[in-house]
Amino acid sequence: MNYTATEMMTVAAARAIRNDDVCFVGIGMPSAACNLARLTHAPDVTLIYESGTIGTKPDVLPLSIGDGELCDTAVTTVAVPEMFRYWLQGGRISVGFLGAAQLDKFGNLNTTVVGGDYNNPKVRLPGGGGAPEIATSCGEIFIVMKQSSRGFVDNIDFMTSLGHGKTGTEREALGIKTRGPSRLTTDLCIMETDPESKEFIVTSIHPGVTRKQIAENTGWAIRFADQVVETPAPNDTELAALRALNERTARAHAGQ
Amino acid sequence: MTLFVSLKEAIAANVFDGDVVALEGFTHLIPYAAGHEIIRQQRKDLTLIRMTPDLIYDQLIGMGCVKKMIFSWGGNPGVGSLRRFRDAYEKSWPHKLEIEEHSHAAMANAYEAGAAGLPCAVFRGYLGAGLAEVNPNIRFIECPFTGERLASVPSIRPDVTVIHAQKANRKGDVLIEGIVGVQKEAVLAAKRAIVTVEEIVDNFDDVHPNACVLPNWTLKAVVQVPGGAHPSYAKGYYERDNAFYKAWDPIASEREGFQAWMQENVLNAGPEVFASRVAFTQAQK
Repeated sequence: MNYTATEMMTVAAARAIRNDDVCFVGIGMPSAACNLARLTHAPDVTLIYESGTIGTKPDVLPLSIGDGELCDTAVTTVAVPEMFRYWLQGGRISVGFLGAAQLDKFGNLNTTVVGGDYNNPKVRLPGGGGAPEIATSCGEIFIVMKQSSRGFVDNIDFMTSLGHGKTGTEREALGIKTRGPSRLTTDLCIMETDPESKEFIVTSIHPGVTRKQIAENTGWAIRFADQVVETPAPNDTELAALRALNERTARAHAGQ
Repeated sequence: MTLFVSLKEAIAANVFDGDVVALEGFTHLIPYAAGHEIIRQQRKDLTLIRMTPDLIYDQLIGMGCVKKMIFSWGGNPGVGSLRRFRDAYEKSWPHKLEIEEHSHAAMANAYEAGAAGLPCAVFRGYLGAGLAEVNPNIRFIECPFTGERLASVPSIRPDVTVIHAQKANRKGDVLIEGIVGVQKEAVLAAKRAIVTVEEIVDNFDDVHPNACVLPNWTLKAVVQVPGGAHPSYAKGYYERDNAFYKAWDPIASEREGFQAWMQENVLNAGPEVFASRVAFTQAQK
């Protein structure tokens, strides 16, 4: 089956989710990847959205973090202070799945302002929401984001949520026990965190993508692992599940 | 004191110029009808608090009611930016807007601390986060027992909290179900609270003993406004109007188009239109 780069990205991101994960899900691409995992290889994964819905199994992707579908299909729905205190801060989440407007090679994320400075930004974005604490309280962080030199930058304009900091040593210095960003899936490749330097290095390249393309769409000097593999193309089961999910979602959001 | 009043009376008696106001709702049960009444009564210089300000705060800001917004995520979920918020913040239209920005964890903890009568909230947060450097209300303390560095923010104590809920009984107790967000905390943290409800029932005899119920003596006013959360939703009554959230983006993108929409749909309308909006939306499904 033919597939698009976005489908490849979603499928590759979904594959990283394990059946026994407890996953804090960001809206948009992370939500698509997590639900695709649930509908394919990880049927028992626990998906949690910050609106308070725990163990939710939506039939269509939510447009917002608090669509009724999330509550209707959840094991339980708790108040938002409980969500952030007992479940996230309490250390009960294995994976936080995030996206961003900008990120750097250490997985620091920006969803706050672009251009100018914080008080006089060129573009004011929605802000961090749950991300500052998701980034430090979840066992590890997966990121999914379309690759471009505008989004993948040397210096992010604002540190909305901490990855491995400006030098790769900040988590340890702050006494943070969780792993931080460990995996970044894009429409071109998969990057993983180098255990020593803590920067993202390319470990898997999607079929038909060149190293040159990856370098051109990255704002920092990209590094490749010694052993780089080719990402397996999406199989028929994965594509069928993703397309059916997207079709149901489009129908539901059109209000029909 | 009469708890059951009209929406006009509830806002007139409880929301004043310069107040600190929280209209809460985490995607679900957002009090749109009450927000529109605040706009019709032309309140000014409000400090608005909400974790997830969405279209109703965009509308209040664009209509010039707001001096400052305290928030943790200000966007149109799944769609993009709040156009009127950005125009006010970036270009001071219709006038300058101050902001105070937090994370969700901080806001949720601050509401809980407000409800608990504490001066501040303490939690494990803001580690390495840029907001801690630009917001002087984010500080750190040392745990007196372990020495761990913990974040602290002032508790939230609104002058008035406004929420929407599913039901009130004849005595004015209020039931909230589904995604309950921070509404209970926001009501208990406030000096005054107004609730709009879908329905008034005789009693809560069939309600689960652990359900989220706000006793009537925690509230100043209860108003029945069927459909009052539209285009947000009320679990058990109507679904979220996702199509409207998408349609809002072009409506709000230009100042003139926004003003024309507000004139027709808010200034020239009243709370009674919400029931028909919900009926229309559900008929499309």
